[in-house]
Amino acid sequence: MFLSIDTALIIEKLILIVVVVSISLVVAMYTTFAERKVAAVIQDRRGPNRAGPFGLLQPLADGLKLFFKEEIIPNFSSKFLFILGPALAMLTAVMTSAVIPWGDKLHLFGRDISLQIADVNIGILYVFGVVSLGVYGIMIGAWASNNKYSLLGGLRAASQIISYELAMGISLISLLMVTGSLSLKEMVVQQQTGLWNIIYQPLGFLIFLICSFAECNRTPFDLPEAENELIGGYHTEYSSMKLGFYLFSEYINMFVSSVIMATLFFGGYDMPFVNEANLSTNVAAIVGVVALMMKVVFFLFLFMWVRWTIPRFRYDQLMHLGWRILIPLALFNMLVTGAVILFLDR
Amino acid sequence: MNITTLLFIILSVVAAFAGIMMITSKNPVHSILWLIVVFFAISGHYIMLNAQFLAIVNIIVYAGAIMVLFLFVVMLMNLNADTEPVKNYRLRLIGVISGGSLLLVLLAALMDIDKQQLVQMNVGDAGLIKELGKNLFTNYVLPFEISSVLFLSAMIGAVIIGKKQ
Amino acid sequence: MQALTNRALPVDRKPMSFWEKLYLPAVFKGMMITFSHIFKKKPTINYPEKQRPFSPVFRGLHILNRDAEGRENCTACGLCAVACPAEAITMEAAERLPGEENLYKEEKYAAKYEINMLRCIFCGLCEEACPKDAIYLSETFTPADYQRKQFIYNKNELLIPHPKENPEAYAKALGNRAAKGSVNA
Repeated sequence: MFLSIDTALIIEKLILIVVVVSISLVVAMYTTFAERKVAAVIQDRRGPNRAGPFGLLQPLADGLKLFFKEEIIPNFSSKFLFILGPALAMLTAVMTSAVIPWGDKLHLFGRDISLQIADVNIGILYVFGVVSLGVYGIMIGAWASNNKYSLLGGLRAASQIISYELAMGISLISLLMVTGSLSLKEMVVQQQTGLWNIIYQPLGFLIFLICSFAECNRTPFDLPEAENELIGGYHTEYSSMKLGFYLFSEYINMFVSSVIMATLFFGGYDMPFVNEANLSTNVAAIVGVVALMMKVVFFLFLFMWVRWTIPRFRYDQLMHLGWRILIPLALFNMLVTGAVILFLDR
Repeated sequence: MNITTLLFIILSVVAAFAGIMMITSKNPVHSILWLIVVFFAISGHYIMLNAQFLAIVNIIVYAGAIMVLFLFVVMLMNLNADTEPVKNYRLRLIGVISGGSLLLVLLAALMDIDKQQLVQMNVGDAGLIKELGKNLFTNYVLPFEISSVLFLSAMIGAVIIGKKQ
Repeated sequence: MQALTNRALPVDRKPMSFWEKLYLPAVFKGMMITFSHIFKKKPTINYPEKQRPFSPVFRGLHILNRDAEGRENCTACGLCAVACPAEAITMEAAERLPGEENLYKEEKYAAKYEINMLRCIFCGLCEEACPKDAIYLSETFTPADYQRKQFIYNKNELLIPHPKENPEAYAKALGNRAAKGSVNA
């Protein structure tokens, strides 16, 4: 069955994979730049403006610096696992983009090219599965560092991600009850014709948003890498590009979760007040990609905005919020959604 | 040999090798990592059986949650290769006997199998979410509900144990 | 206990209302505050391109002065070294020989004059103590260096450029001191 796929499709998908992965890398690069700029303007500063016009080459300079830094591997660490940690973090961060519908189909060279790498029928569960694996990169790296601060950071990451995954999953269930499909593409098509899911699931979105902050280890949930308590947490012992991988994977995770939120709750590549059916296929696809990117930029800004506004939680507050507030709230949301669906169907 | 069989063989070899490594590793953390590899290989098998839902749930629940908790506990207690207790001769003997009898039962079950139809690839829809849901709530509704009660009692038990301290 | 001022506010220990317990309104309020800062004027100055004007009392590196003919003002009287609270100044005096009148203004001059910039606290007392207006504090910072011994400035490094041979550098080293009107050329 695998050999029967024609070569053109394989080439098409390969190109799409390369494009998507490089776009997410570039976006992540510029997210680091944007983060510094946003932090600066929120704190009445100017931010990086030396490398290139408006400091636009700053991410390149940062990357170059990381590449040329000395690579240090602690003596008493498991060397293989020490290298595996950041690699896994990066891998899981990039893997998520495989099922995201970046836009509608393009019509090129007489072929309809879908702007989605794989439209699997369990799309959202795939995302959820890969995200739940993301913690391994942190935990393995933390353990292999053989450093108590790293270990504490890894433990914090594990318990935090497990706690918030539950609430995230339950809030997703109520969304799935509304859409009735696990495929991300199907969800976007539904939102294109009907209303955006945020109208049906405002509470679910709020829970999902908070949980995705926690899953990305972003402030106010950045306890695994708390600089002042844990000296950087799980990446204390890391240097050079391995540290860069960890930092980078955080930004890719941010990008991907912004895309997921836009897709699930804000209509994905659906541009509001524009009827895609009136446009030609290619124009509609490009409009869709632009719409998605605009939503993503908003969410990325939200991530940064929150980071430079809200201080870090204490650990017991984090657990209290996750287990005693978000999970009951998500269960309540699920119950209400189910009741309303049952009531409307009858 | 077509590509499906090749994939099946690769996945099986990976699963078996990782399983053996998981048992023989001295370091508990390495054991857990090998076990995660086993889960991935098994999820690959699920996908080949056209059961994507089962595959991804296997990864989410086992690799993504339970193994993280295992790793968490092992890291928290700082178990290393040298903290592993030395098992005495009698314990080892009992282990060999019980493991051996399980192997015998499995081999006996294998003998019984219809050799014409060893593996079914990419057919059947029992592992897809719709069929699975229908099956769970019609044919298997009683075991499903009973197991949910079991989980509930386990949860309440955990809460009570936690409250006492 | 009597309060010193009447500005102290009693701590509000009322239990939080439901609205406050939600925290979300407070979070939103905080986010609005940070958002408003995006549009505030930035006080930062892009340093090498734009420079903040020095205060008229700024005290930077020392300069040993010359008069308009290019003769050194310093007579090695040692008042600056006595006035220096950090004891950063050392000097050795020498007598002016015949034929050196174009080099030194008075008949005694400093053969050696050193200031240890690591000890100096830039208080400006040497400038105040000097009766001949021979030393003053300019508007340059002490540049960084790799070695401590580089921070002991000798006379050549401290002397102002010659006003006749190098008038541009002289004017630059003088800075806005001429505008301050304290120079007796």
